[in-house]
Amino acid sequence: MLDTNKRPTIQFSDEQEQLLEVATSFCLDKFPADRIRARIAAPEDFDKGVWDEMAALGWLGVAVPEEFGGSGLGLAEVVTIVEPMGRALAGAPLVSTTLVAQALLKGGTQAQKNEWLPKICGGAIGALALTEPHGDWNLANLTCKAARQGNKLALSGIKTFVTDAASADLAVVSASLDGRPALVLLDKTALGAAKIEREIVIDETRRSYRLKLDGVTVPAAALLDPAKAGATLAHLEQAACLLLSAEACGGASGVIDVTVEYLKSRKQFEKYIGSYQALKHPTVDALLAMEAARSHLYFAATAIGEGEDGEIAVRMAKAQSSDALAFASDRAIQFHGGFGFTYDCDAQLYRRRGIWCEAQFGDAAHHRRILADMLL
Amino acid sequence: MSLSKQELDEFRTEVRAWFDENKPTDPGFLLPQSFMEVGTDDQFYFLRDWQRKVYEAGYLGMAWPKEYGGGGKPQALQDIVTREMVRQKVPFMTNTIGLNWAGPLILNMGTEEQKKAYIPGILSADDIWCQGFSEPDHGSDLGNAQLKATRDGNEFVLNGSKIWTSLGKHAKYMILLARSNANTNNKYEGLSFFLIPMRIPGIEVVPIRKLTGEYGFNQTFFTDARISDTCLIGKEGGGWQVAMATLAFERGAVGGQAGGHSMMSKEVAEVVALARTAQRNGRPAIEDPQIRDRLVQFIMEERAQSLNSARAKIKALTSERPFSIPMSAKLVGSEYQRRLNQFALSLQGANAAYYVGDDLAYDRGLWQRSYFNAFSATIGGGTSEIQHNIIGERVLGLPKS
Repeated sequence: MLDTNKRPTIQFSDEQEQLLEVATSFCLDKFPADRIRARIAAPEDFDKGVWDEMAALGWLGVAVPEEFGGSGLGLAEVVTIVEPMGRALAGAPLVSTTLVAQALLKGGTQAQKNEWLPKICGGAIGALALTEPHGDWNLANLTCKAARQGNKLALSGIKTFVTDAASADLAVVSASLDGRPALVLLDKTALGAAKIEREIVIDETRRSYRLKLDGVTVPAAALLDPAKAGATLAHLEQAACLLLSAEACGGASGVIDVTVEYLKSRKQFEKYIGSYQALKHPTVDALLAMEAARSHLYFAATAIGEGEDGEIAVRMAKAQSSDALAFASDRAIQFHGGFGFTYDCDAQLYRRRGIWCEAQFGDAAHHRRILADMLL
Repeated sequence: MSLSKQELDEFRTEVRAWFDENKPTDPGFLLPQSFMEVGTDDQFYFLRDWQRKVYEAGYLGMAWPKEYGGGGKPQALQDIVTREMVRQKVPFMTNTIGLNWAGPLILNMGTEEQKKAYIPGILSADDIWCQGFSEPDHGSDLGNAQLKATRDGNEFVLNGSKIWTSLGKHAKYMILLARSNANTNNKYEGLSFFLIPMRIPGIEVVPIRKLTGEYGFNQTFFTDARISDTCLIGKEGGGWQVAMATLAFERGAVGGQAGGHSMMSKEVAEVVALARTAQRNGRPAIEDPQIRDRLVQFIMEERAQSLNSARAKIKALTSERPFSIPMSAKLVGSEYQRRLNQFALSLQGANAAYYVGDDLAYDRGLWQRSYFNAFSATIGGGTSEIQHNIIGERVLGLPKS
């Protein structure tokens, strides 16, 4: 229910402050614009060297408890890494790997946690396979199946938008088991048995794959705790929304920088085009939408996990950041004029990224629809 | 002096109890929602007495220096009181200009004599302040103010007029921006800033009828009005810098205000309540999917504003553009109010067309009046369009328009 007397506050820890500072300079250094462009054409999924550095910085274990080799912080700290990455349009499997670790933490068996979490902290790459060809954002709408065959599970069906699957060391896949949602862990061997096909996706900084599961069998021990599957899926949705919001917020800041730079350097009719109010005012509106998104984001980072309040905060962050990046990047194309229509202009990179972020785990209207039922 | 959470909580409980007990009952007439809307004497005296009562209880100017009538206490306590006033929707503090920008300005830049003379009366509402900035021909272009202040020995002679003088009829003093030198190369260098008495020969206040049909604003005419040069604040010719400092207080970009709320803003919760009673197709309007989506958008916007002020206090999350949030608060808040009120009208169906005075008008026509009055904040203090220019230029570094 709507309670406007409760004043939401943002908590920001010293750890978050340090990570934000380190991640910001790391991304400036490792993901300059020309390198992002080069990555689009590169054969491998991502820059392995940079990934190893990220692992060495401990970023893959930020939200993993110390007993499994992580630093025992939370998703709020991961947000401070993902936001600068989004700003730089960095492509690295940090978000998917973090989400796979979250799946194991929330719903994995003790054996799965013991085996995989330390490997993830050390740089193992995780892929998350929740989406299906029907494109429904409802994660419980599952056509993929897991069927018991003695001590094994036979998988079937197709998963879509599985990023970095070709490089993954493990994947967490959702499928229907006995008519209920279940999560299954695929190791390198199981992934090798699946057909992995590269997808052509709008955000070219991403490597996305289709995972065809027909004929793949895994040991029953690959099943995550079935009693926790529903709660785990719900948690994954929120965690994914939070990190995608961070990415989108960062993207909005990044594209505003690109636009402002152009408005300050391009002249038409002997005037800098940034002096024209027709361009200046909407650019300010983009800034204000980004600031609102960033405030929602860091509140969601504070509140995630706190029951309904946390869920409301996360959905608001996802809705606001989706719209903020959509508006900022759409106007960025327009305000670059003829150059904006070319592939060479960076505005399109952000617009593509924005469409990707919206399409994953629900756009603004989808989340507002759910929020309406929670709040009104 | 820093207070523990327990001390703050205890104080909040005390404040809550005081307002519960002392908040005024319905006066029997529609109260204004900001100082710009005070139209009748009944409204003015009611609000003045209320401010005085709050001040005498020790809940206003709590962080201002004791020697000038303030409380000399931590700002955190005043913030608790202000929040409680907003929460309980008690009437606003009517001496808004004095409390929020003239007062902080005097404390900041005034002489010892000026502080002693003016600050106590601001807090007690004995001395109401008004503002002489805009002129009929110079609204947004404040630096082009033309009202003449001609030096004559140790006096200045004032000629010209100022417009949008809220509370002009009740004011004892005015903050005035005037042209003391018409022959400077740069228009800004010819301006001086004065703290002037209103009840002197040569000053006439004429009410202006607002778009709501009510009164509240005035035009103030100056005809050979003589003031002492001790009325200057800042240097002669240094008025522009003083005006900029004043606007920073007015827009809330800089702290130091006496506290207390200055506007009874509408909240989305009230519009949600309205959506439950308004009808669509024989059903409550709140069941309509499109209306639900709009309501959620407003809820998110309102929360973003409060989260923005929370985030503005976290340095690491604002270091890149530190003025972005404070400089945009007025623009974001005032445009939000205008649109929220407009949406509230649209919810009322055919009855949106009623107005104050008709017994079928929702809430005595409050929403219709409130929508029109919302423009006072999107226009006053620098229009939303001017705010866009300021933010574009000072926050984003875009070239001047």
